[in-house]
Amino acid sequence: MSANGVVKGARKRLLWLVALILGFVALIGGGALNGIVGASFVPQLALDLQGGTQIILTPQLTTTHKTVSEETLNQAVAIIRDRVNASGVSEAQVTTSGNSNIVVSIPGKPDDNTLELIKASAKLEFRAVLAASAGSSSSVGGANGATPSASATPASAPIATSAAAPDPSNPSDLNYVSKALQSEYEALDCSTAKKKPGVSADPTKPLVTCSTDKTEKYILSKVEIDGTDISDASSGTVTTSTGASTNEWAVNLSFNPAGSEKFSKTTSRLYPLSSPLNRFAITLDDLVITAPQTNAVISNGSAQITGNFTSVSAKTLSDQLKYGSLPIGFNVQSQDNISATLGSEQLSNGLLAGLIGLILVVIYSVFQYRGLAIVTIGSLVVAAVLTYLLIALLSWRQGYRLSLSGVAGLIVAIGITADSFIVFFERVRDELRDGRPLSAAVEAGWSRAIRTIIVSDGVSLLAASTLYVLTVGSVRGFAFTLGLTTIVDLAVVVLFTRPMLQILATLKFFASGHPWSGFDAKALGAVEYVGRGQFRARDEAASTKLKKSSREAERRQTIAERKAAEIAENNEKAGK
Amino acid sequence: MSRFTDFGNDLYTGNRSINFIGRRKVFYVVAMLMVAAAALLPFAKPFNLGIEFKGGSEFRVSGSAVIGQQPATDAVNSIVSSGDPRVSNVGTDSIRVQTAQLSPTQSESVRQALATAYKVPASSVSSSFVGAEWGQDITSKAVNGLIWFLVLATVLMALYFRTLKMSAAAILALIHDLIITAGVYGALGFEVTPAAVIGFLTILGYSLYDTVVVFDKIRENTFEVEFSESRTFAEQVNLAVNQTLVRSINTSVVAVLPVAAILFIGAIVFGAGTLRDISLALFIGIIVGTYSTIFIAAPLYSNLRESEPKYKKAAAKVLAARA
Repeated sequence: MSANGVVKGARKRLLWLVALILGFVALIGGGALNGIVGASFVPQLALDLQGGTQIILTPQLTTTHKTVSEETLNQAVAIIRDRVNASGVSEAQVTTSGNSNIVVSIPGKPDDNTLELIKASAKLEFRAVLAASAGSSSSVGGANGATPSASATPASAPIATSAAAPDPSNPSDLNYVSKALQSEYEALDCSTAKKKPGVSADPTKPLVTCSTDKTEKYILSKVEIDGTDISDASSGTVTTSTGASTNEWAVNLSFNPAGSEKFSKTTSRLYPLSSPLNRFAITLDDLVITAPQTNAVISNGSAQITGNFTSVSAKTLSDQLKYGSLPIGFNVQSQDNISATLGSEQLSNGLLAGLIGLILVVIYSVFQYRGLAIVTIGSLVVAAVLTYLLIALLSWRQGYRLSLSGVAGLIVAIGITADSFIVFFERVRDELRDGRPLSAAVEAGWSRAIRTIIVSDGVSLLAASTLYVLTVGSVRGFAFTLGLTTIVDLAVVVLFTRPMLQILATLKFFASGHPWSGFDAKALGAVEYVGRGQFRARDEAASTKLKKSSREAERRQTIAERKAAEIAENNEKAGK
Repeated sequence: MSRFTDFGNDLYTGNRSINFIGRRKVFYVVAMLMVAAAALLPFAKPFNLGIEFKGGSEFRVSGSAVIGQQPATDAVNSIVSSGDPRVSNVGTDSIRVQTAQLSPTQSESVRQALATAYKVPASSVSSSFVGAEWGQDITSKAVNGLIWFLVLATVLMALYFRTLKMSAAAILALIHDLIITAGVYGALGFEVTPAAVIGFLTILGYSLYDTVVVFDKIRENTFEVEFSESRTFAEQVNLAVNQTLVRSINTSVVAVLPVAAILFIGAIVFGAGTLRDISLALFIGIIVGTYSTIFIAAPLYSNLRESEPKYKKAAAKVLAARA
């Protein structure tokens, strides 16, 4: 590449960087101007720095469950923690309090969906439908709705069998419907019925219940599949058979192998039956979310739940299902604002101290790298700007919250970011010592430095992604910060440090090796430049080393580079 | 230019060479002694775990006109010196105070002291127990994550460097760093908080990063070293460490300066609690991490490789030619 081409390439990369920064600014600014909640140039702070809401949950105790064991409580804490942290890196805190309460502290103010996510037991069950009818006669009967019970027996209701019926042969057997069950079903009015808190139905017995929207009531058979057989859950919009997407939200379920088999068995039994026996109900905490007809035998272990979901409620349910059901439901006892656990002066003191540290870094790099300190400081500033914008963006899009340990992670990132260009500078200096002119030294130094930078950043990224996927709470927050700063580091060294150095190398101040340029060839110990390969006379020990490493460098050269080097060498020979 | 640059030049050319590899036995002994001391220390002086790990006592002052946090800190400290209270405001007129687990009598005294401090009747101060916020489940997930990370990092390094021996040396040095950092932290008697644990994890990343940078130079220098007639494998490793020494010094100074500023200026002058924990862990860790790359990881790698037949043969030839 000619010197001109190098500068052109360098300018192009700098333009990319500017475009990247402007893109982020436009994205956040656009969001903020349009009044989108959370879009702001000021990142959200975590619980420890900003405070938030403290929610105290008490278990729904009943006459049969008078106490809650410590084990149950700890289990609930783990599930709630997974659920509240599912939608981002908010570093919510969940702990037990006293003998039976759970305290959840989350940054910001929770909405109804968040509360539901925290407190609902979310016990999901699949049961076959034995009977179904309108939820209450009042909603059907209109004006004369005052007399609900009389006309409630629907056409599809099964014929009540005697109390001493033979044992049911399969879950769709109407022998499940005892007389008592039938009358309970007939008496049920979904518009007035209220589910007793904390009572969960016996999974081995049939159940009389309503749909969540109260429009239909059911007699359901025993549980055939439950939430523990779900391996994953996600939310999304329904796509039609032609692949077009609709506006209807759904929760998609994947079963584990055992669940797949059960589901396949159930659907193949229901498929040939007639309505309502061909329907199966999906219940959440004993209320029916949806009760679709079986249109096919499903053997691939996936199912989709639809039914009046919004994007948020579908996400809430899929998060609940993904992390399992709570062993017991909870009520919100109190919900209060809570102040930051660390005083605001701690953050400002920390930032001030960090600033002093940065000034020391600047002084040190001027001492070490002279004129090059411009690039050092510039790189750190660009890294800071990029990191800040990314944090603001992710705090809007991902619910990322900056905590004090996050701040500490950012401070250590100064070292790792600085290391990338220190490695680069030292490589360039090494090349200068070998007698190359500055612009060639920058190129050769880069091709070696970038390898080191990529592999060392690769290890950091690996650490970040592994910990992010496998951990929870503040460890996860830390992993997120580490990954973020590592990516910023790579971007800065490729899009800023290198092009800056390439451009500076063409300036006389640096190229001539001015004592204050940081690239003073004499000070770096290189002999006067007499042509490639001739400096070896200076030091026997160094030359052997160089042969080795330049052999590897040659191996890594592209054909074009090798040709260019050959031409340069020939020219030098001719010039002598 | 500066003498430091001259120093860098001489290290690069080999004019001046610090014999890290040759004196490795001394470093190994030092490392083993330090690791042993750091590992045994917790038996003599157990880690001072924060209430985030152990749980503790919680007091709630309600209906107070004063909502400052200082009276609570003073009240707790007047009863138990090492209570280390965490104070926050809840709602508009309540104060939540969490302390280490207190005995029933201490707990009663703290209740009285809090009531006096906030000028409310003792009945407005409730006390209860609070569970560990950093529960067993978080710890086990973190440990699980760590193990996976170490395994994956070992594989990644082995693939890149084309030898499992570099991974082994790097991981051993990493373990050395973690044990010593934890040991020094514990020896200073600081409370172990979640922030400190995050500090340790940061060190884990930093230490491995630092080792990989130096190992990449070693990889370059030892490429085809078995054909060298002037240097042995160990000498090439030593040269690589010397050649990257200026970088190691510069990087660690740049990394440690902001941390030191927070530790010494921030925590000691301003007295910032949590920042003190995390910056202390980072301060020790960065220094130990840089040290171990040079004094432990590189010599260990040389140890592991130089006895391979091809390198042994080449080294014998070099030494014979020199004699």
